[in-house]
Amino acid sequence: MKQLVDRTPSYLADEKRSDKAIGWMQDQLPKLVLAPSFTVILLFVYGFILWTVYLSFSASRMLPNYEWVGLDQWERLWNTLTWQIALDNLFIFGSLYIVLCMLIGLMLAILLDQKIRVEGGLRTLYLYPMALSFIVTGTAWKWFLNPGLGLERTMHEWGFESFKFDWLIDSEMAIYTVVIAGVWQASGFVMAMFLAGLRGIDNEILKAAQIDGAPAWRIYTRIIIPQLGPVFMSAFVVLVHLAIKSFDLVIALTGGGPGNATELPATFMYSYSFTRNQIGVGASSAVFMLAIIAAIIVPYLYSELKGGRK
Amino acid sequence: MSARSQDRPSQDRLSQDNALRSAIYWRALIYTLLIVIAVIYLAPLFVMVVTSLKSLEEVRLGNMMALPLEITFEPWVKAWGTACLGLDCNGINGYFWNSIKMTVPAVAIGTLLGAFNGYVLTKWRFKGHNIVFGMMLFACFIPFQIVLLPMSQVLGILGLANTTSGLVMVHVVYGLGFTTLFFRNFYEAFPDELVRAAIMDGAKFFTIFWRILLPNSGPIIVVTVIWQFTNIWNDFLFGASFASGESAPITVALNNLVNSSTGVKEYNVHMAAAITAALPTLLVYVVAGRYFVRGLMAGSVKG
Repeated sequence: MKQLVDRTPSYLADEKRSDKAIGWMQDQLPKLVLAPSFTVILLFVYGFILWTVYLSFSASRMLPNYEWVGLDQWERLWNTLTWQIALDNLFIFGSLYIVLCMLIGLMLAILLDQKIRVEGGLRTLYLYPMALSFIVTGTAWKWFLNPGLGLERTMHEWGFESFKFDWLIDSEMAIYTVVIAGVWQASGFVMAMFLAGLRGIDNEILKAAQIDGAPAWRIYTRIIIPQLGPVFMSAFVVLVHLAIKSFDLVIALTGGGPGNATELPATFMYSYSFTRNQIGVGASSAVFMLAIIAAIIVPYLYSELKGGRK
Repeated sequence: MSARSQDRPSQDRLSQDNALRSAIYWRALIYTLLIVIAVIYLAPLFVMVVTSLKSLEEVRLGNMMALPLEITFEPWVKAWGTACLGLDCNGINGYFWNSIKMTVPAVAIGTLLGAFNGYVLTKWRFKGHNIVFGMMLFACFIPFQIVLLPMSQVLGILGLANTTSGLVMVHVVYGLGFTTLFFRNFYEAFPDELVRAAIMDGAKFFTIFWRILLPNSGPIIVVTVIWQFTNIWNDFLFGASFASGESAPITVALNNLVNSSTGVKEYNVHMAAAITAALPTLLVYVVAGRYFVRGLMAGSVKG
């Protein structure tokens, strides 16, 4: 966060510079270099956001149709049962995913911070799922949790005859398989964030506490974890963001099923926009997703950008 | 605290002994826990690998966790060259190359643009630079669903629908926020004095960039390239939305392969294909994990 401090290089305030060696062109050159990227962002990000917002108020079905129909599509969205399911699922998936990733991540980080001999190797192991595509993760877990041939059979063969695990085809439980695969993929990353946070804590304070004879667990709960506040914040923001965007994982793992039991807003948006010929409804669901993310990200970015200045 | 302060002299030795013993127990417990968790993290990968080396019969009859009785590379050959995705039975190799053709240019262009942007936003600041940066930063976080519909229209108009060039463009555009963020934060810490000295010596904007900043940007270039490579290679949403046919990237092809409903499910072939799709990013991670982690951190803590 230190990097976001607003600090203008001193040579830019140098008056002599502009009237001597460097002319107008040279003065404008930096802006000209930045301009294409910024224009692209303006058009393809902000322009497209407005475009999608407009589509959500239009009569678009199979093709975009720019006739204004007010809130019709929004009403249709909220009256769609699948959308309600998708929101419920997002809530279940999102909260479990965030809480579990943070708990496991923090636990792994604290364990790894005990001067473990093979720390580097273990860290690499915990973090590798993050390098995989969600599609690969989904495919792997779909096989791993396969009710007939996967974990269930393995447990039977190992002697646990009554072991039953068919969440993948159970519409009540299928969403939890998405949680499992998601946590498997991202918890190592959260661990890395916490580990970096732990390493950043001032050793002097810890030494002082140890000399005072404070037990280890109390050093953690009283001194260390409270200092990790900013890491919790960052991890939370990243995980919320990943949860709302979750699309590939569901597609590969459950395909949104059984039925529509694991539908999430991202999969809903995709199917309504591209396969169910309901572009207007798809657009309004996309706008809703953006609104949730913006509500979390904008204050965060604002505080990071402003915070550095003080 | 209270327990320790009571009759201190006689218990001193004893408590030290106890402390040592419990410390050993603790360490044993910690190591056990760490190793058990490591096994759990590795299990899915292990299962993928062993499944991909078994014959379909062995997959159906045997234990998922068991090592193959007879190692066969048949599933790999089939996944690469002859597996059927719908009606097309040429394996996934064509899609693998699609992904390479998409990823390499997108990473190169995105990284170079990010470097320029970061340079301008730190060393040639202008009024409103923070707003410009803030707007680019926010672009990192939008759910891409919000741009899918307009983008598919625009790609259609440009004649880039269902093409690899279209995907390259999409990935460059939506990677700009992150590449800019990485370079900006890196150049922020780059000493202004060096730039100032170069200006005194008469160096111009581009000379300073090519001769002074870029040669010192090794680490951040590696971080950015790895970040971009991983994200673009692993992308599914854009691939599925804008290039679902012949020019689909490997992730889309893998999903099609696994979900094509014709005939028997060849789990061993699916796993071989999944590992193939994962191999490039895994390789990058194993070779340059340090930089991969740094990218993840920069992409999260700093924005």
